[in-house]
Amino acid sequence: MLSVDGLFFGYKNTTILKNLEIELHQGEILSIVGPNGTGKTTLLKCITGIIKPNKGTIMIDGKDASRMSRMAHAKCVGYVPQSSPSKFPITVFDAVLMGRRPYITWKPSEKDLETVADILKSMDLEDIALRDFDQLSGGQKQKVLLARAVAQDTDYLLLDEPTSNLDLKHQMEVLEMISSMVKTNSVAAMLAMHDLNLASRFSDRMVLLNAGEIFCSGEPQQVMTLENIRSVYGVEVTISQANGHPYILPIGSTGHSGIKKCFSS
Amino acid sequence: MCIQIEEFRDFYMQDICEQYKDFSTRKLFFIFLLVVVLFGVVLIALSQGASSVGFFESFKALFGQKTGLAHAIVWKLRLPRIVMAILVGCGLALAGSVFQAILKNPLASPYTLGIASSSGFGAVVAIIFGGSYYSQYLIAGSAFFFALLASLLILGIARFKSATPETMILAGIAIMFLFSSLSSLLQYMGTVEEVHEIVFWFFGSLSKVGWKEIGVASAMILLPVPVMLRWSWDFNLLAAGDESAKALGVNVTRIRMFGVIFASLITAAAICFTGVIGFIGLVAPHIARMVIGGDHWFLLPASALIGGILVLAADTLGRTCWAPQVIPLGIVTSFIGVPFFFYLLMKKKREYW
Repeated sequence: MLSVDGLFFGYKNTTILKNLEIELHQGEILSIVGPNGTGKTTLLKCITGIIKPNKGTIMIDGKDASRMSRMAHAKCVGYVPQSSPSKFPITVFDAVLMGRRPYITWKPSEKDLETVADILKSMDLEDIALRDFDQLSGGQKQKVLLARAVAQDTDYLLLDEPTSNLDLKHQMEVLEMISSMVKTNSVAAMLAMHDLNLASRFSDRMVLLNAGEIFCSGEPQQVMTLENIRSVYGVEVTISQANGHPYILPIGSTGHSGIKKCFSS
Repeated sequence: MCIQIEEFRDFYMQDICEQYKDFSTRKLFFIFLLVVVLFGVVLIALSQGASSVGFFESFKALFGQKTGLAHAIVWKLRLPRIVMAILVGCGLALAGSVFQAILKNPLASPYTLGIASSSGFGAVVAIIFGGSYYSQYLIAGSAFFFALLASLLILGIARFKSATPETMILAGIAIMFLFSSLSSLLQYMGTVEEVHEIVFWFFGSLSKVGWKEIGVASAMILLPVPVMLRWSWDFNLLAAGDESAKALGVNVTRIRMFGVIFASLITAAAICFTGVIGFIGLVAPHIARMVIGGDHWFLLPASALIGGILVLAADTLGRTCWAPQVIPLGIVTSFIGVPFFFYLLMKKKREYW
């Protein structure tokens, strides 16, 4: 189990995350949703160890993450960034092989190569294995980044908006891959998501963030309500049911609540 | 049926693995090819020169006879020059690859970042203020000190402003001008002998190099090599972005800090006895990358070898094609490197190639 307890993060004058309490269990998909700039990515970066929280603890399988070495941490938690800039040419195989870094000292072993080949095969990436990563489409790149995180062989997988910039088919493919990975390998995934419908369809639990605080958490049915969405996003929606998942259809924004607040205070 | 599918799967898995290994073997073969080419250029360079010691004679002097004119020419004049040329080329190319990796900047090199100039300034300071006491160690130490100073400045700018590649190169060019001016100032104030010494040095010449200088330079260039190779995977990861690298367990700050220190050391070694030679540090890593891709495990040795070949070829051409006149090394490197680079540039299509 991965647990976040009393987490605070901020820069000099601004607090971005306030007192977050989150648990992530084996075999579940947890979506973090919320408006832009609400701290979703920051939260993931804190858990991955890319940035250090100001206060609070992150426990990974009973061990304090702040006391773990970088490599030990990298063997527990995998991270898929929104995009991966690459200034230099790199083949897809090498890009995925990077995921084996925590296990490599001088050179990748035979086992590392086989693991990567296996993953590429299972994710239907074998045809582009020796292509240049930069020349792939957005959907293929996302899959390769996901494959890298799989190669990292961790129990916890954090993904920062895995479906942004993807077409419908790639959105489905990527989320289905994550879903099947979580169920078959009994790993746990935490997704920062923008698309509320995809999030509620694919996740077991959701956390709705508002201005760095947890507004509401629980099963998609409990979190995705008219009132919650109205007060966090300032958008009127209708919610219907589709195959047992809440389906959200936006109607219109409820006036420029943010600006009004600014002036009144 | 089930077994068949299993076998099929194994076959395909094997296939990607094999393909990748073939790919790696091809890279290794390219490096081997470079070694052969370098060896060839060494043989040619050995047999060329002002004196009439030819191919077979120089070869005999190298391995066989211990006395005579041929032996002296080969061991005292030609061989030190050749070894130093290779060292300088390898060093500049290595430093260029490392700077490009840690700054994630395809435009980075000892020259474009101003590190070559500051290191050159360090050598000039040692030559002038060292007085009659100046020694190889003092020159090397001073060159390293100033190279490090400039590198840390660049690193600081990159950290505090999260600088774009363009900003970094602009800062580097500013540093380059600053230290060139400072060197000019020293020349302006120096005595005739000092100026003579400095001008001679600035032309990028290998003619005054002896085995003692080679000892110092080779130690400074070769010692960091195992560390660089050990970090080749971390360099690969840095190219994929700081955040991905951190998430994969790389201590980004440490790698960047020590990478800069080692690259500065190598740059200083390559420059301090031979003068500022531009271009090689920028072009050799790119040539290597165009041929074998971005994996630093192969890229570092390949670009070092390409750098060595280019500088040695340039020096040999410079002292033979217009003999007895010797064309300064820096000029010839550009003459050889630029057309070759343009050729590769036209062949490949990438953002910056």
